[in-house]
Formats: sequence, structure tokens, C-alpha cells
Amino acid sequence: MSNSADYSRRDLLRRLGASVTVAAAGENWLSAQEAQHVHEAVAQDRAAQKGKYTPKALNSHEFSTLQRLTDLIIPADEHSQGALAAGAADFIDFMCAASDDMKEIYTGGLAWIDDYVQRHNGKTFLAADPQQQNALLDLIAYRKHESPELGAGIHFFTWVRRMTADAYYTSPIGMKDLGYMGNQAVAEFKVPQEAVDYALKRSGLA
Amino acid sequence: MFQITRTPQVYDVVVVGSGAGGGTAVKVLTDLGLNVALLEAGPMLNPQKDFKEHLLPYQVDHRGAGAHAELYFGRQQWGFFNAPNGFWDLPGEPYTVAQGDQFRWFRSRIVGGRTNHYGRISLRFSDYDFQPEDGLSDPWPVTYEEMSPWYDKAEGFIGVTGTKEGMRTAPDGNFLPPVAPRVHEILIQKASAKLGIPCIPSRMAMLTKPLNGRAACHYCSQCGRGCRTASAFSSSQAMIFPAMKTGRLNLITGAMARELVTDGSGKVTAVSYVDKATRSEKQVRCKAVVVAASACESARLLLNSKSTQHPNGIGNSSDVVGKYLTDTTGHSSSGFVPALANLPRHNSDGIGGMHVYMPWWLHDDKKKNFPRGYHIELGGGFGMPELGSFSGECARQEGYGKALKDKIRENYGAYVHFSGRGEMIPNKDSWCEIDPQRVDAWGIPVLRFHFKWTDAEINQVRHMQETFSSIIEGMGGTVLSGRTNRSDAGISTGGSIIHEAGTVRMGADPKTSVLNKYCQSHEVKNLFVCDAAPFVSQPDKNVTLSIVAFAWRASEYLAEEMRKGNV
Repeated sequence: MSNSADYSRRDLLRRLGASVTVAAAGENWLSAQEAQHVHEAVAQDRAAQKGKYTPKALNSHEFSTLQRLTDLIIPADEHSQGALAAGAADFIDFMCAASDDMKEIYTGGLAWIDDYVQRHNGKTFLAADPQQQNALLDLIAYRKHESPELGAGIHFFTWVRRMTADAYYTSPIGMKDLGYMGNQAVAEFKVPQEAVDYALKRSGLA
Repeated sequence: MFQITRTPQVYDVVVVGSGAGGGTAVKVLTDLGLNVALLEAGPMLNPQKDFKEHLLPYQVDHRGAGAHAELYFGRQQWGFFNAPNGFWDLPGEPYTVAQGDQFRWFRSRIVGGRTNHYGRISLRFSDYDFQPEDGLSDPWPVTYEEMSPWYDKAEGFIGVTGTKEGMRTAPDGNFLPPVAPRVHEILIQKASAKLGIPCIPSRMAMLTKPLNGRAACHYCSQCGRGCRTASAFSSSQAMIFPAMKTGRLNLITGAMARELVTDGSGKVTAVSYVDKATRSEKQVRCKAVVVAASACESARLLLNSKSTQHPNGIGNSSDVVGKYLTDTTGHSSSGFVPALANLPRHNSDGIGGMHVYMPWWLHDDKKKNFPRGYHIELGGGFGMPELGSFSGECARQEGYGKALKDKIRENYGAYVHFSGRGEMIPNKDSWCEIDPQRVDAWGIPVLRFHFKWTDAEINQVRHMQETFSSIIEGMGGTVLSGRTNRSDAGISTGGSIIHEAGTVRMGADPKTSVLNKYCQSHEVKNLFVCDAAPFVSQPDKNVTLSIVAFAWRASEYLAEEMRKGNV
């Protein structure tokens, strides 16, 4: 592979498309540096499209269902926006495009959810009432409900919850929600006394 | 037709490997006016381009998962944001492990080696490490008093934070100012004090003041990604790049050393290597060689250098090369500390890693059921949110919605982690040799490892578990991981702490050691080994600072011997 500086952004984007296809065949031909270069180019390209993401791996029904799930997992509240606004489903779809194993988890899991709701409520998860959607999540969001009937759903929900949290908290919206203040260049490292006092008082070690 | 290209120039010294030992040798030898060629098996490093310092996860589309989501399937060998310098599995460079044993071997292939990413914990070995009082391992051919000035030089050059504590197990050094403890570290210090465990400012190779042309730290805590300002020590930036400017260093990258070539008298006259790019055999001629390829890789090169004078591998008439292989013992625990929940937000980055640590404190306790000891490393604080940062929280809280979101925010920064790093006693079941049946992609015979822990290490790790639990509970916290009833106490896999040492050990007696106290071969006067391979034991103090100190001393000795015409 020649020097990554040699190819243009357009070439890189074309190669990203190719890399997804080749990845499906189980071959890893992009080096780490090249891959990073490609991803930076994609980020720039998306910024140019004002943040609109086009699903690459999931179909539109699957993607909408996934968006609804992420919205339920980390909703917007009085504190901050939620996983929907943070584009959690975009990240998950992107990972599905990057890995066949991941795509299988999501297409299979989303189909399981629709199948379950179809059996119990006669419609898809997206078409179900919010109470019906919550009723399913109240089951599959807990290991204590592990059973032959729910096992696959619980397993899938563990993936969606984890990756929704990953996507949300590594996004600008999620970092702000946490109050993350690091990644700065500072001349001196200081610890605010207020924080020290807070912890010491609560710990009983003061 | 097969042809070996040989350099016309005869270098004063060829150095094999560019990590802590090789970097030090290159620096010291070029400073003393010698002409040096440096062989590195990996590529050149370009810190401005290769280091991902300050990059936030969302600035990369896969956010660190890897281009093929490797992180999610346990297929990622090395964190995406970490300094690009090495792997557990290298394409074309296999190794084997004897049946029934477990050993992992991390190899670095880039200029600077593991110093581009390492933890930079910089601890002096103490007097009893060099001269063990329990007789369980052999004494080193040097004392602490002899090595102390070399530690001064090493610390004075690389820059190490710390405070004078007057503790026998953690000798004081030539320190830069320490960094203030973080909130969780203050709690840990208080809880440790109640248990009688010392918890002192950490000794780390990061610059809290400018030093030798390197800028002071900017406290972003991302030293493991590599530091563009070289405020965290690496041999590439602090030693090799400056040496290149002297005009006395020829750096040859992509050069996999195959063999040390000797003349009729048994002395080294050249180093034969494979130019990886062309898969051609080349030789670089020299008056002396410093092998610093990392402990096991150095042993491999010696064992593969067979000749009429050295049928058993060069300098190996003692048959000790490959023996006495050790790694540091490891075990980790984590805990949740309610006192830290909803902690007022602030930037807790600091230097990469801990600002305080616990040196071994039970050296004089004769009642414990294991020899030697361990130090404790620790972590916590408001780390940069990364993929996986909240997986544990999700698994503990379960559920979804606002309740989950609130809990994650509340508990962010309320976790602490402890890792024990302890001494392994060298044993006869832990060693490496040339696998008679396997070669790497260039036809070079590979290593086969044998490795076993004994009760000495397993009981020590059990003690770590108890200690970590006591500290976490002393902070009012709950232990979340690390407690186990496994018969091996959950001890780390051999090699996985990446502190391999001892395969080309030094000693006073040529019958039981390969090198003298200057890291010089007893048999081949122009052969030196300058990584952790010469180490006689594996004290509970990370080896890098000692590698620098020993390599510095060996290099000055080599230059002086060459000047006198003895080499």
C-alpha cells in the first residue's frame, strides 16, 4: 500500500465502500493508519452534509427500530439530550457496516424483537404503543428474566444497551452530560478543594 | 544468486534494538564520540503523525473500536488510541509455548520500542533486591551502592517525579517535584494510613519541569498514546532523535537481526540482519555489539548465533542463556466508592497514571506465607469517556431509561482500581529455548517458552486480594472485581505484565552466568547485553529505570574499554 498522503479524500471514501465489501469476505486489508485516514475523511464528509447519516448496513425499518431502542435506553431529559440526538444508532449502524458479526447481531436481534411484539401485540415494535414497547424492555433489560423464551432478547438488549452507552457517552452530548472536563493542556495540575472536602466528608475519613 | 550485502564501514558499535536499553546505549556512546549503527526491527516513528494524543473518540468514526469493530469481539490487540508500537501477535513472527504452560510475549516493532507507551513507573531496586537476604535467588554481582550513582544519572536525564521518603524498600532518588494527589487518591491515602500501608507520591518519568530541552508536562494524562512534546520519557524522542543529530548514528529500520557473526577468535565482527522490505540478508560490521532487543529476543539472538567457537550459541558455554526467565506477578481489583458519587466535576487528568502509589511495606514481616513482595498501583477519577467505559455500569444497573442515565452520571468517577505488581522468584520451570521445529517468516528459528508460577507467587497474589479489599472497604466502598477462590488466585498469565527479565543473566561466576557486572559477556569481550535480560532477579519494581541505569553504566564502560584497546 502506498503512502496514505497520496490519495485524495474521494479515493478514500470509495475505498471505504470497498473495505466494507472486502471485510464481508473476511479480509483485513486496510492498515490501521489508512483506516484512520479513511474515518477522518468520513467525519469531514458528514460534517459537510450537516450531520445527516445514511444507514450503511441496516435497512430503513431496522434503523428506525434501532433509533427507537436507543431513545428508550438513554432518553432526553431536563438534564441533556438523549441517545437519539447523539446519533447512537448511526454509530451502531456504522459498526454493523464494519463487521459482519456485528450486523448479524443487530439484524437478528431487531427481527427477534419484531417477532416477539408481533406475537404478543400483533404489530411491529415501532408500531406498538409506548406502553407495549416499555413492557418488552421491562422484561429483556434484566438478567433475572432469563428463560428460553426471552434469552435471545436479553442477550441482544445487553448489546444494544452497551453500545448505546458507548455511542452516547463518547459523543459531545454525552460527554457534556457527564461533565467531563479533561483533555486539556494546562500549566499546572490542581485539585479543587471543594471536591476534596466533598469526598472526605462523605467518606468519614476526614 | 544469494548474496550478503556487507557495509564497507566498520562501526565502533552496533546496537540491536531501540527501546530503553538500546536508546540509552546509543545516547551514551554517541555522546562519547563513537560511531554507532542502530538496528530496529520495526519502522521509523513520527510522533507528530503517529501519536493520537488529544484525539476524542467521536473524532474517529469507529471511536476506537477499530475499522472492523475488533474491540467488540475481543480481537483488538492494542487500544486504537495507544502509541503504535507493538503487539502480542506479530504477523510472520510466531513463538511457541510448551504444552501445559502458558506464556504471552509482547513484542514492540518501532523506533523507541515499548518506551513509546509504557507506564513510566520508575522505581529503584533496593539494597536487598541486589543482595537477597532470604537466599531464594542468587545475588547480583553489584550492590545498591554501586548502582546508586547510575540511577542518579538515569533519573537526571529521563526525569522522574517523587519525594524523599527514607524507605528501604523504595530508595530515594534524584527527583522532579511530585504531582498533587487526585480526590480518590487522597481517600486512598487516608484509608491506607489506617491500615498501616504507606501511600506516597508516585515516581514517574514525566516532566513536572522542563528538562534537557524537553517541555514540561501539560497534564492531559494520555502518556500511553505517546507524547508529542516528549514530556513523558521515550527513548525515541529523548535519546535516539537527538543522537541522530550528532551525525554519529546510523539508524537502520526494518532490520531483523538474525545472527552475531564472529571471527576465528570468537569475537563479534558483524551483525547479520534481514532487511524486511527486500527480504535480503545484510551485514553491518562493527568492533563491538550491544544487544538490547528485549529480554527474550536478546536470548534468541544469542542462541541463534552458533559457530565453531560457540556451538551452543554465542557466549553460552554456561548454558544459562534462556534460563531464569521471570515476569512480574499481577492481580487487579476494582471497587465502587459511594463517597465519590456525584463528586463536583473538575479536570482530574494529571499525568498518565497514578499520582500516588504503595511501595512494599512488609519487608520485615517474617510471618507471611510468601517471600519478597509487591507494590500497588492504582487508578480512578474522571477518565475520558471511551468505548466500554460504562459497560460495567450498564451490567450492574441493568434496566434502561432515565434511571440508568441518572445512575451513570452519578457514579461517573466513583470507581477505584488497584493492581499489584510483585516479585517472582526465578524457577527451573520458567525459561525459553530455540524451538527446533519452527522458524519465522525470514527463516530465523523462534523461541519456545516454558513458564510456571509457584506457591510463592500465588500466595502473594492472594495477599494482594486481601489488601485491595481492605483498602476499598476502608474507603467505605464495595469490592466489584478481583476476589476469587480460584486455586491460582487469579494470577496474571506469565508474560502478560510485559516485564520479562533474566534470560541472559549477569553474575560473578562464568559457570553460572553469561555476563559480568558490566553487562559484558564473560567469554566474548566485545559483546554486551543491555535490556532486562541481564537481570538476576525480578524485584517488584518495574524494570525500565534499571535498564537505563545498567545500560548507561555498561555503555560508559564499553567506551572506556575500547579507548584502552581492551575490546
